[in-house]
Amino acid sequence: MPDNKGYLYFPGCSLRATGVAYEESLLELFRVLDIPLQELEDWNCCGATSYMAVDEGSAFLLSARNLSIAGQKENHDLMAPCSACYLVLRKTQDYVAHYPEAGRIVEEGLMAAGLKPFNGVHVRHPLEILYNDVGLARIKAQTVRKWQGGKLACYYGCQAVRPYDEVDRPHDPVRMDELMNAVGAETVDYSLKTKCCGGSLTGTIHDVGIRLNYILLKEAVRKGAEAIVTICPLCQFNLDAYQSEISRQSGEAFDVPILYFTQVLGWALGGDPKALGLRRSIGGKGLVRKWFSPSQEVLAHA
Amino acid sequence: MPEPNGAIRVGVYVCHCGSNIAGIVDCKEVAEYAAGLIHVVVSREYKYMCSDPGQDLIRNDIQEHNLNRIVVASCSPHLHEHTFRVATANGGLNPYYMAMVNIREQDSWVHTDRQAATEKAKDLVRAAVRRVVLQRPLEKARVAIDPNVLVVGGGIAGIHAALTLANAGKHVYLVEREATIGGHMAMFDKTFPTLDCAACILTPKMSAVKAHPNITLWTYSDVEKVDGYVGNYNVRVRRRTRYIREDLCVGCQECIEACVYKQPKFADEFNQGLGKRRPIYLPFPQAIPQTPVIDRDTCIEFKTGKCKKTCLEVCGDRHAIDFKLQDQVEEIKVGNIILATGFQPFDAKRIPYYGYGHYPNVYTSLEIERLVNASGPTNGEVVLRDGKTVPKSIGIIHCVGSRDENTNRWCSRVCCMYSLKLAHLLKEHTGADIFNFYIDMRTPGKSFEEFYQRLLGEGVHFIRGKVAEVTDWVFDPSEEGKLTLRVEDTLLGVVRRIPVDMVVLSVGMEGHQDAQDVRRLFNITCSTEGFFQERHPKLAPVNTFTDGVFLAGCCQGPKDIPDTVAQAGAAAAEALALICAGYVEQEPNCAYVIEEQCSGCKTCIPLCPYSAITFREDNRAEVNPVLCKGCGTCVAACPSGSLQQRMFEDDELFAEIEGVLAYV
Repeated sequence: MPDNKGYLYFPGCSLRATGVAYEESLLELFRVLDIPLQELEDWNCCGATSYMAVDEGSAFLLSARNLSIAGQKENHDLMAPCSACYLVLRKTQDYVAHYPEAGRIVEEGLMAAGLKPFNGVHVRHPLEILYNDVGLARIKAQTVRKWQGGKLACYYGCQAVRPYDEVDRPHDPVRMDELMNAVGAETVDYSLKTKCCGGSLTGTIHDVGIRLNYILLKEAVRKGAEAIVTICPLCQFNLDAYQSEISRQSGEAFDVPILYFTQVLGWALGGDPKALGLRRSIGGKGLVRKWFSPSQEVLAHA
Repeated sequence: MPEPNGAIRVGVYVCHCGSNIAGIVDCKEVAEYAAGLIHVVVSREYKYMCSDPGQDLIRNDIQEHNLNRIVVASCSPHLHEHTFRVATANGGLNPYYMAMVNIREQDSWVHTDRQAATEKAKDLVRAAVRRVVLQRPLEKARVAIDPNVLVVGGGIAGIHAALTLANAGKHVYLVEREATIGGHMAMFDKTFPTLDCAACILTPKMSAVKAHPNITLWTYSDVEKVDGYVGNYNVRVRRRTRYIREDLCVGCQECIEACVYKQPKFADEFNQGLGKRRPIYLPFPQAIPQTPVIDRDTCIEFKTGKCKKTCLEVCGDRHAIDFKLQDQVEEIKVGNIILATGFQPFDAKRIPYYGYGHYPNVYTSLEIERLVNASGPTNGEVVLRDGKTVPKSIGIIHCVGSRDENTNRWCSRVCCMYSLKLAHLLKEHTGADIFNFYIDMRTPGKSFEEFYQRLLGEGVHFIRGKVAEVTDWVFDPSEEGKLTLRVEDTLLGVVRRIPVDMVVLSVGMEGHQDAQDVRRLFNITCSTEGFFQERHPKLAPVNTFTDGVFLAGCCQGPKDIPDTVAQAGAAAAEALALICAGYVEQEPNCAYVIEEQCSGCKTCIPLCPYSAITFREDNRAEVNPVLCKGCGTCVAACPSGSLQQRMFEDDELFAEIEGVLAYV
């Protein structure tokens, strides 16, 4: 897709709540890249998590409404930065196309709401947009701040890469690593990059959720990473918010910055550090302040 | 049999096939219906028409009722057309006065409504009665069989088939793609369950191939073109040049030592890349033929033209090395072809969560075969990829790329047994703790289960469960520096983490990547899995749907060495049966030209897949009946309708169509 056309943008609830830093850094990054984003008007809940588990039909309908609105736009590239949004939108399209029962529910629901069926909407994730449409070469060329921070563990989580393989390879994704390398950041071979962050278990079966995040943090540190980079607001939240509790329980002190990949890229490409949501970090505040120092000089374009 | 007064007298026979047909089709009703059709004199139903008493019914009725046409409503003509033609002939009629109706595969087996199925059977019988009235008496042509045989593939299957045929006095052309014969078996260390050394039992057969006066061995060669038909195949073989003349080379291998590369530098294919070779090399010490190969991609002379050519120097007066040699193309004639092209091992990289290619100490089973082999890259010393550490614990994962919805669904049949063998050998070489991770143990061959029991007694651990992943993430300090296998132990009912130093992936078998090209070349069929299709899964396991082309070994499906050798022997026997008969009879279904109507437009000529049509000087097309396979393409394409096909004449087909559509 040509950059100048930009993308439709579906924030979802996370990017307006626990994941504000994701939205802030994403918008700043796309501003620096000069790629317009048009927020989907009158969007609603994507239908992920609880809805999907309780009533698939309702989840599909919620998702379908968003898709239907997007379908009426000229630009059919709909960017969903939250992995849960991305997956449920993508899954709705898939189920409507392949399962007559899902298709019927959605068709009748849209008709009752006076909405048109969606056709040709292309659901996109920013990781894949930055990798495929923008490309490593341009990212490299536009890098004005070389990464001075520590080694990074790129953590992809599950929803963006499975079961659909359009964002990256399902079991051993590499694109976030390559983007980080492109701006000069070293990444570690993080074997848990697609393992579970606990999802909503941190809220429901707390001990299990905490244990999963403990495993993720411990292994990243063992591999020599000083920070974990994520592409999903739920992963980021789980890893970031419970570090003090995990430290207390395990007796191992974790103080690890959990960054969004858009924060690292936004900073490297010359974005305003104040606009990247960095002050919202909980873990590793000291490192975040040091690495993203606004005083760090912006290099001239190579 | 003369036809008194030209009257057509048809006998109809409806077969029950036990309950196969009678369970759904009311055979009695069909027979009663047929009795009322025009020309039908006798109409019967019988439990098994293919049985001797069933055939006798036809024979006796022909004589008793002066029948001159026969209709049998039973199974597919693939199964019993021949049977009923013979029965018809035994009654004194031309066998082509018989028409067969398939009311089993095309009716009773695919329908559940008894009434509708019965009606369908009636329609089909009515069509056949109308058709059979018009059928012509035909004669089979005989074609002589060329006694020479082509065997494609020089693994154990091809070797055994070639030797069997050669020992029977037939000349065999054995064509092998690689630089040596021996195939996968040559790479194995020991063979299960007897643990005899693979090379010790294979290399004498390889030498016998080379020495046999009745075998022409072409290695480093590809079959490029095949045409003709059973008994008379014309084959073109390209013998890729190895830049060393096989007739002048004495196999001294001084050229290899003399190469400007003092140390071997390039990944050695025979050792699965675990060892190194020079640009000029012999795949392995007992390779047949003992003529080295020069690899164009790595040889400095080919890359830059500026090599000192020390190999050439040391070859001296023998003049065996010649950088200007070209490929040689051979044209041969053979009567039969045996395909023994083998398998390719599953590419373990397709399962990323087992870490092959990512973690150095994850190996494929074929790599371990080379690692434990005394003439392998480490002279039989089992060490990790660092070249020095002896593993203290080893995990062997079964069913990698087998019985797996995500990759290949079939069981590769040999992996359980070779995993047991490798467990034994690795234990013997290293004394390590060995864990086998299996889904089910499948040891159904002779002495196989006993071998499994033996391994249980040797203290090898068996964990029943499909391994979820091989990973380096550390949960417990004891896992530091190891590869951890995460697995649900389904016998204990717990999820376990087993840290090991070395992981072995027991990769399955699949058809060659180019199986589809090969299948087209030899005009045979290939299953979606990439294995060549046998003519019948039980009763014609080495035949293909193309007469005179036979299958042996793993190209037909996964199998172990004993089964491969047995199948190779069977394929050789099938070829010998044709050769000894001296001729084959050809189905008289060929196309022919009605000369007066042919306008000489030549539409048919390029369409014929068998190049059976020629253009005569008098502006007429002519079909060579020996080459024609009766596919009917030309008949359908002829604009003037001057091409007709025996057994499928226009009037016969129209009568059949009218019969099936007529509601009378």
